[in-house]
Amino acid sequence: MSDPVSKSTLTHIQRLEAEAIHIMREVVAEATNPVMLYSVGKDSAVMLHLARKAFYPSPPPFPLLHVDTTWKFQAMYELRERMAKESGMELLVHQNEEAKARGINPFDHGPLHTDMWKTEGLKQALDKWGFDAAFGGARRDEEKSRAKERIFSFRTASHGWDPKNQRPELWNIYNARKNKGESIRVFPISNWTELDIWQYIRLNDVPIVPLYYAAVRPTFEWEGGLFMADDLPRLEKVLGYKPQITERSIRFRTLGCFPLTGAVASNATTLSEVIQETLLTTTSERQGRVIDKDAGGAGMEVKKQQGYF
Amino acid sequence: MSGADVIYQTEALIAEDIEAYLNLHQHKSMLRFITCGSVDDGKSTLIGRLLYDSKMIFEDQLAALENDSKKVGTQGGEIDFALLVDGLAAEREQGITIDVAYRFFSTEKRKFIVADCPGHEQYTRNMVTGASTADLAVILIDARKGVLTQTRRHSYLAHLIGIRHIVLAVNKMDLIGYDQAKYDAIVADYAAFAASIGIEAFTAMPISGFKGDNITAPSANTPWYSGPTLMGHLEAVDVNTAAEAAGVFRLPVQWVNRPNLDFRGFSGLISNGTVRKGDAVRVLPSGKTSTVTRIVTLDGDLEEAVAGQSVTLCLADEIDCSRGDVIAAADAPPQVADQFEANLVWMADEALVPGRAYWLKLASQTVSVTVSQPKCTINVNTLERLAAKTLELNAIGIAEITTDRAIVFEPYGESRTLGGFILIDKISNATVAAGMLSFSLRRAQNVHWQALDVSRAAHARLKGQSPAVLWFTGLSGSGKSTIANLVEKKLHALGKHTFLLDGDNVRHGLNKDLGFTEADRIENIRRVGEVAKLMTDAGLIVLTAFISPFRAERDMVRGLLADGEFFEVFVDTPLEEAERRDVKGLYKKARSGQLKNFTGIDSPYEAPENPEIRVDTMRETPEEAAERIVALIIGDWMPII
Repeated sequence: MSDPVSKSTLTHIQRLEAEAIHIMREVVAEATNPVMLYSVGKDSAVMLHLARKAFYPSPPPFPLLHVDTTWKFQAMYELRERMAKESGMELLVHQNEEAKARGINPFDHGPLHTDMWKTEGLKQALDKWGFDAAFGGARRDEEKSRAKERIFSFRTASHGWDPKNQRPELWNIYNARKNKGESIRVFPISNWTELDIWQYIRLNDVPIVPLYYAAVRPTFEWEGGLFMADDLPRLEKVLGYKPQITERSIRFRTLGCFPLTGAVASNATTLSEVIQETLLTTTSERQGRVIDKDAGGAGMEVKKQQGYF
Repeated sequence: MSGADVIYQTEALIAEDIEAYLNLHQHKSMLRFITCGSVDDGKSTLIGRLLYDSKMIFEDQLAALENDSKKVGTQGGEIDFALLVDGLAAEREQGITIDVAYRFFSTEKRKFIVADCPGHEQYTRNMVTGASTADLAVILIDARKGVLTQTRRHSYLAHLIGIRHIVLAVNKMDLIGYDQAKYDAIVADYAAFAASIGIEAFTAMPISGFKGDNITAPSANTPWYSGPTLMGHLEAVDVNTAAEAAGVFRLPVQWVNRPNLDFRGFSGLISNGTVRKGDAVRVLPSGKTSTVTRIVTLDGDLEEAVAGQSVTLCLADEIDCSRGDVIAAADAPPQVADQFEANLVWMADEALVPGRAYWLKLASQTVSVTVSQPKCTINVNTLERLAAKTLELNAIGIAEITTDRAIVFEPYGESRTLGGFILIDKISNATVAAGMLSFSLRRAQNVHWQALDVSRAAHARLKGQSPAVLWFTGLSGSGKSTIANLVEKKLHALGKHTFLLDGDNVRHGLNKDLGFTEADRIENIRRVGEVAKLMTDAGLIVLTAFISPFRAERDMVRGLLADGEFFEVFVDTPLEEAERRDVKGLYKKARSGQLKNFTGIDSPYEAPENPEIRVDTMRETPEEAAERIVALIIGDWMPII
């Protein structure tokens, strides 16, 4: 990070970076078997970059874990492989075998798709490798219930979250002691906003999935939203019909499973233009994602109590 | 709202010159603040207003807000900003905020993090939590009500936690017709109180969160007020890191970075001061000195780094330095001590147990500590100092703290990082208290360890044995003393040097001043543990036979001894059986109420979870058990040195 405001006052980005690095080092010092959840989105990209900074010249002393739904965009799988190689970190990929066997997909199964592939998949992966601390890229500005979550968030042996029984977090001292069977979710970028993320990517040249930039891509409309036809043969099979494909200049504001993530029409081809568009947009970030709309306004809080990240 | 547009003409800049906008925004500083007020002071409304005025609310959120305002709002159909802020489902139903929530907004000059702290009486812990990271506190007052008990409490807590900037926001001015006389009276009232608790300065302002007066633009309704707007003030005050950077260099080491044999770096967040390449530094607590050779980051080496930055330092010399140590300016190092006076804020449902061992975490140091009976507690409403035996949830008190080894510290007033700590319950792992070290006690500074020429290893070698403590625990009448006696006889016959500390015998002498309350029982065990430890230093094999009902105290003794020297022997006899035997007739007395606090009857026994040895007296005779224990001790675990 360059250009401090003055010698003695750090910029907000410098302070957020230092805080995230401090948190990551605390976890590595106190946890037995930490892991970083890696979803390949822009927040994950920033998390990975922060981890590399925190432990340089050592590679980050924990693996990356991708809880895969098999429905991610091809460009995401490509960046995932590249970043694992560049960072020198081990990449672990977990797919829920039961969801695979039952052919769970976002078109036919809606909320069940998220529940089985992501919520259940995550629990399975954490149990399988016995991780006692998992870094996640959630931010408090994303959603109301997250505004109250701690940076170190404890989960019971069955991965439940009790919002009324959280440990107080004082100064920058984190109590990482766990009871048997408990695990911790750690959110080092809790205090970042979406604009902070973009600024950080811009200042540090953090590699992100090209889908965040506008380009002419094959699209189709489904249930009132605009989607990208990333894997047409598979799409046809699941939809049971051949969707009407139109070439449009689009980009994505968030990246999840391709049929759950709506595209927006855009001509923003540079990072600055993307940020410009984001700032001028008048709808909040997660609206493109279908997930928050389940269960009314309390969607995320309910999901978290069930063990979703 | 019209005021907002005057200050935040950012949309035009974003649209016209995004590069200029981004460059402007990467030079912002960051201010963290808290808002405190009681339930109806309009706290959530004020925060909602700040978010709204700084354009942090998107169109879809606004639509949802307007909708909700009509449905459940309390402002007669007008926009209820509070609904933006109140988060969890349970709270929304109760209509109250129950926990600390963090909100974000920014202007062209600063990014802001607001900790929204609830104003309820029982939630002192939430406010202290929110305040611990804050540069500034906004104390909200309802202009119709003036300075209340809660106002005093919030101000006291903000001052206790060391917040340097206090804003007195006299809210709901619209409801008193923007009356200057009433405002002045409230400010004068508060000034008198503030001075009495040591707050040197504060900034008062008349506002309305609901109407937007003096939030982002000077209000036409208060022509008599010439001070700053709330936002203007928040943008201008200096932040803590600036003050911290001006201090003397300190870096608590979090992690030793050792990718290969050629690199050894010490990673941490600089808490105070500046460090430059070539600076002489001292590593505490060892006191060894060296020179900084590199300040390493992924973006390249730095020439210097300041408080608030996370860095990795390399030193010129191969000196011992690990997690928990503090690297500091060589000529002005922090202090090292093991006894302190501290302010404590109790945060757990289970009250403080004086004498019990807790974990203390301060910066990256974690040590075992005991807390004395509090000198006093402070009634946060009246600010009276009261005598107290313990600290309950949300109580604030002053107590002495003794650590099991010396730690590096500074008084909290000089360094939040090296003076602020948390206490952790050893069994539940909950964070039970926040604390602030005031000073070290003179006796800690003056009592030094006497270096002994005949070492403990030499003592043991002469006796031809490894020292150990065999800690027998179990209910009264379980057979502890009987078995311990047999074990000692057998060890003695084998030529071992032993000593048996028996519960009843110790209470006739060393501990005859102690009764059977929880606190006295803890002190009883602590003393026995210390005596046993001295005896192991003399090379002895020590056997103890005490009920020792609490897990925490047995673990405390375990912590006093070297690894592998403590053997917990659980003499496991069911309560019915011990009561049936009733060798000393004590159960009978306890059942008839003549004996209070009797373990198993009206005082709990916490059985060991992983004892080294468990004796089931229903299956094994004392003789068999003793035989087995001796075989284990002499055979497997204690090779003769």
